[in-house]
Amino acid sequence: MSPEKMVHMANQIATFFKTQPGGDQAARIAAHLTDYWEPRMLDQLHAHVDAGGKGLDDLVIAAETEIVKTHIRA
Amino acid sequence: MKDLIIPNDRDMGTPAKTGAPVTLEIDGMAVTVPEGTSVLRAAAEAGIQIPKLCASDNLEAFGSCRLCVVEIEGRRGTPASCTTPVTPGMVVHTGSSKVRKIRKGVMELYISDHPLDCLTCSANGDCELQDMAGAVGLRDVRYEAPENGGMVNHFEARNTSGEANPEWLPKDDSNPYFSYDPSKCIVCNRCVRACEEVQGTFALTIQGRGFDSRVSAGNAGDDFLASDCVSCGACVQACPTATLQEKSIIEMGTPDRSVVTTCAYCGVGCSFKAEMNGDELVRMVPYKHGKANRGHSCVKGRFAYGYAHHKDRILKPMIRDRITDPWREVEWDEALSFAASKMRGLQETYGKKSIGVITSSRCTNEETYLVQKLARAVFGNNNTDTCARVCHSPTGYGLGQTFGTSAGTQDFDSVEQTDVVVVIGANPTDGHPVFASRLKKRLREGAKLIVVDPRRIDLVKSAHVAASHHLPLRPGTNVAVVSALAHVIVTEGLINEEFIRARCDWDEFQHYAEFISNPRHSPEATAMLTGVDPAELRAAARLFATGGNGSIYYGLGVTEHSQGSTTVMGIANLAMLTGNMGRPGVGVNPLRGQNNVQGACDMGSFPHELPGYRHVKGPEVRKVFEEAWDVQIDAEPGLRIPNMLDAAVDGTFKGLYCQGEDILQSDPDTKHVAAGLAAMECIIVHDLFLNETANYAHVFLPGSTFLEKDGTFTNAERRINRVRKVIPPLNGYADWEITQMLANAMGAGWTYAHPARIMEEIAATTPSFAGVDYALLEEKGSVQWPCNEAHPEGMPLMHIDAFMRGKGRFIVTEYVATDEKTGPRFPLLLTTGRILSQYNVGAQTRRTDNVVWHEEDLLEIHPHDAEVRGLKDGDWVRLASRAGETTLRAKLTDRVSPGVVYTTFHHPDTQANVITTDYSDWATNCPEYKVTAVQISLSNGPTDWQEDYAAQAAQARRILPAAE
Ligand code: SF4
Ligand code: SF4
Ligand code: SF4
Ligand code: FES
Repeated sequence: MSPEKMVHMANQIATFFKTQPGGDQAARIAAHLTDYWEPRMLDQLHAHVDAGGKGLDDLVIAAETEIVKTHIRA
Repeated sequence: MKDLIIPNDRDMGTPAKTGAPVTLEIDGMAVTVPEGTSVLRAAAEAGIQIPKLCASDNLEAFGSCRLCVVEIEGRRGTPASCTTPVTPGMVVHTGSSKVRKIRKGVMELYISDHPLDCLTCSANGDCELQDMAGAVGLRDVRYEAPENGGMVNHFEARNTSGEANPEWLPKDDSNPYFSYDPSKCIVCNRCVRACEEVQGTFALTIQGRGFDSRVSAGNAGDDFLASDCVSCGACVQACPTATLQEKSIIEMGTPDRSVVTTCAYCGVGCSFKAEMNGDELVRMVPYKHGKANRGHSCVKGRFAYGYAHHKDRILKPMIRDRITDPWREVEWDEALSFAASKMRGLQETYGKKSIGVITSSRCTNEETYLVQKLARAVFGNNNTDTCARVCHSPTGYGLGQTFGTSAGTQDFDSVEQTDVVVVIGANPTDGHPVFASRLKKRLREGAKLIVVDPRRIDLVKSAHVAASHHLPLRPGTNVAVVSALAHVIVTEGLINEEFIRARCDWDEFQHYAEFISNPRHSPEATAMLTGVDPAELRAAARLFATGGNGSIYYGLGVTEHSQGSTTVMGIANLAMLTGNMGRPGVGVNPLRGQNNVQGACDMGSFPHELPGYRHVKGPEVRKVFEEAWDVQIDAEPGLRIPNMLDAAVDGTFKGLYCQGEDILQSDPDTKHVAAGLAAMECIIVHDLFLNETANYAHVFLPGSTFLEKDGTFTNAERRINRVRKVIPPLNGYADWEITQMLANAMGAGWTYAHPARIMEEIAATTPSFAGVDYALLEEKGSVQWPCNEAHPEGMPLMHIDAFMRGKGRFIVTEYVATDEKTGPRFPLLLTTGRILSQYNVGAQTRRTDNVVWHEEDLLEIHPHDAEVRGLKDGDWVRLASRAGETTLRAKLTDRVSPGVVYTTFHHPDTQANVITTDYSDWATNCPEYKVTAVQISLSNGPTDWQEDYAAQAAQARRILPAAE
């Protein structure tokens, strides 16, 4: 998947959770991503974040950090 | 198993009633029936058949033939029993010599104006006029044409001296499926009433009076095809004579047996009797005891089954090494071992997760279950998806989050008790015709209708039905409109607080109420964005909140958006705010596109969920299947369809088994799909025809039609209906057998002997199906899941006392504009849909006579937009988006608003999906079919892409002549 498409999809998810109440948005985005994204998509996200995370919403970057903590990389 | 005893479907004469019990005496027998029942029906309940012609139990009594006369003690004369309601203590005599004489006289009159060619008549043996002549003992007919007095009949074209009979009318054969032969009409009016009361189209009238009265379709000069007739067949079924008759019966003769089965087209899931003559299917008639359709049907299920015998159907397996090679016909063994070794080889080279499956919501539950099992247990990964991805996955997510299950909350019968119906992003008269007929019936009884749709769909204004409010929103602004409706309900104090306190999470509600009350959600504030008149929107919100039982029905116009899941949550909010949940007449009802969308989702074909909507990450759930299947199940979600294609382009996804689904035609952004398919090394297409996806396939496994196999479909109301084998599979095997053979070629060792065994496994592993088995389905006809110990007979209504998840959740629904935006290059919005006579990508319906109603996809353009571009009706127009371009013909209409264009996607030549983009729903990746920024301009013919595509397709479809 093109990096732009991946960034677009991740940011769309962040956009939704941003509007939700509570202070745990990053965790909820992380949960959504691990529930629905196949490991190679997550890998692409990790690689993109490692490379500077261009274009990603800050909350996605925070979520990615959570995923790294809880989820073994494929 | 096939020889199910068909419950009595005798015609009881007049509709059933539900009043308090009334006891009367008929021919000396005490009979108790509900108040309001006719004497005719009461007699029928007691087993007494009073002769009748103009009455039928799906129509209100009309009282015109006078054949059903009876004597009632204490009443003068001989009243018609069909129009006489029972009263307590009434004493009825149905067979006195007086009434017998009257009946004979009536029949004599009818027969005097009816041709006596019974032996060669197509309805011979299936004609109520014939039956009644027998029943009343008619032996001779004394009426004769007066000498030299001209002709006084309707059935002779010429008199004996060769003069034309002005009363005679020729047959109308314009409809491809049935014919109208006026010479046999007895003017009983049943057809006219069926068209009005059952179908709701009002295409037929009786023209003229007395001897001159004739049934007429449309206006003078119209034939059936030119009239408003939608070919549902209700009139044909109602006709007691051969006047309206299926052409198949005229050609093949009357049936001698029937098998009850389920339509394989849309999510209504109509039950049919497949009527057989020997092993030939001669007719499909809607089954009276079908609980979804109650004896009605649409043109697709009733007539469009001829594709099963179409010459394009492939019956032999085929393989090829490269997609540039022609196909080679081979035996099953060779095809399967070729496929199996390719797939295993790919896994060895590229890893376990490099292959996957896609199932179609056209397949049975049992087939879908096996296909996802193939991925999870045999391939060892979770790469399984279904075409429900591209239609109702947001329903799964949205309703799952708010109510705790993606299921529609009602049964179709519920519409009979609704007072206010909101239809959002759905076009039931085209997409879900039988539901539409039932809805229109309720609307004619006085229920109110609110339509939220960019197009002025037929329901907005049609015969005897009009929407109270039509909110023609700009495509892509659903969330803003649904939130504005909620804003009005909350800020004007129209909420049902009692319901919310009892049934929903109160804290979440308060947060939601604060959010939605913000003036930025008001209809006035969002009008600029949505294009909806705020006053109209306010009125609609008030009507929904205060008009009694409020129900919401929605379709793909809701889900197929970047914010599809958010809109579904918004809809759930509306139902909870107004307390419209948990009883008949209310609820949230997703109208599923294809026949088994519900079932495909239930059966675990999504990559993240095992059967019964249980996430693969749950170890307890995995354990259930690991024990049943004796394998390890991957705990990570697999790839969804769009992700598979992305991974294919990236080179990590190499092999696909695609059952019954044509992703190349039906999925968005055709060029991207084609690139993904071209990058794969083994594509196995399992289908009836060489579909578009098959152009990229290496193995073709011929499929069987719904007529050729056993199984179950689950319709939009969660109703599990049986599909029964009517004819043997022309390709040799039912589809479930083929999947099993493929699995076994890959070493699975499956031994299912019948789909019933597969259902046993589903029941054993999936709590909501625990009580389902074929024996129960034989007994009950159908059941609605959940069906288990707690609900042994299934559940027509969901969330009665509590939501599935406990407390209903209000979720904040902020409107986010889609990134698909109009601008100077692409100033118009394209939205897509479907029409009645065609089905999805049209693979089946295009191969039937349904094409007379829809030869090609047209682009609907508002006259204003057309004018500024110099376009006329019928012109070829070039339709371009940032994804691609295509050409099709223009149709000027004010059904669409200025700034919006609309088309269908039933024909592969149109390639509407070349235009649609790869944007998708944020939560589920359901593609955004309903909004694409486009430009249109005059064109002189197909684009290069269309021509290249056609050339590639022709090349890819070559089949080598079989080796001698
Ligand atoms: S086929 Fe249906 S729509 Fe057409 S005239 Fe008959 S009842 Fe009416
Ligand atoms: S066409 Fe058939 S149903 Fe209609 S009035 Fe004539 S006989 Fe009756
Ligand atoms: S297509 Fe739908 S409405 Fe028509 S007969 Fe089939 S199930 Fe019924
Ligand atoms: S059946 Fe009663 S009047 Fe015709």
